[in-house]
Amino acid sequence: MTGSIPIQYFLIISTLMFFIGIYGFLTRKNLITMLMSIELILNSVNINFVTFNKYLYPQNLQGHFFTLIIIAIAAAEAAVAIAIIINIYRNFRSIDVDNVDQMKF
Amino acid sequence: MNSEIMFYLLAGMILVFSVLTVTSRKILRAAVYLLFVLISTAAIYFMLEYTFLAAVQLTVYAGGIVVLIIFSVLLTSHISEKAIMADRKQSLLSALAVGAGALLTLLTILRFTFVPSALPAQTSTVTDVGNALISYERDGFALPFEVISILLLAALIGAIIVARKEKDGIIATKEKK
Repeated sequence: MTGSIPIQYFLIISTLMFFIGIYGFLTRKNLITMLMSIELILNSVNINFVTFNKYLYPQNLQGHFFTLIIIAIAAAEAAVAIAIIINIYRNFRSIDVDNVDQMKF
Repeated sequence: MNSEIMFYLLAGMILVFSVLTVTSRKILRAAVYLLFVLISTAAIYFMLEYTFLAAVQLTVYAGGIVVLIIFSVLLTSHISEKAIMADRKQSLLSALAVGAGALLTLLTILRFTFVPSALPAQTSTVTDVGNALISYERDGFALPFEVISILLLAALIGAIIVARKEKDGIIATKEKK
């Protein structure tokens, strides 16, 4: 189904998505939106793995399984991150990184 | 031809909604734009004929993580609340750095010659995936599978311990507030 699409197109998409995610991570102040930027970055890496697997090594499924495991880790990461964010909100009444400037108080 | 049109459509959706995700002032909307990005990514996995992976992407990412994010948005901010963005200088510098990085990476990608493999593709049905996940021979993934299950258990326990309501005497941070 991907016969006529060069591999570079997929890589361009994932590159742009990766750097858009980094831009969001650098400019956002809200912890949840920063988490969403991280999800974008992880997702672009997943596209890369799957594309390389499909185009360059179709006889194996290494990239496929790497992506599966990244998705599982991303789910675990999101759960823990949101637990931490809710705890921060409970202590500071805010989740903007500008207001959260103390590790312990 | 059809797959090309589909690809351009998905690529456009991914790019537009990614930009909207990181620039939208309303957090809840940003979460919904993220959902669209994740669904388009699942469609790309369908195009590459990794159907099981696409299903996992839809259920875990689009179904699980986005719902979790939306829940936490609703718990921590008002719906009408606008997100604070970085000041102009910081966003300009970030855009410069990101643009330089993207340019460098894109140039490298376009100059490198990839040699597509002509070997027949390994099918990735649910049976193949399941067999590979419990196989401990060559091309088997039993060890990562076990490790990831332990990681998930640890994350589960950790998330509960971090987010639970503190009772007196269990954690000392409460009394200092």
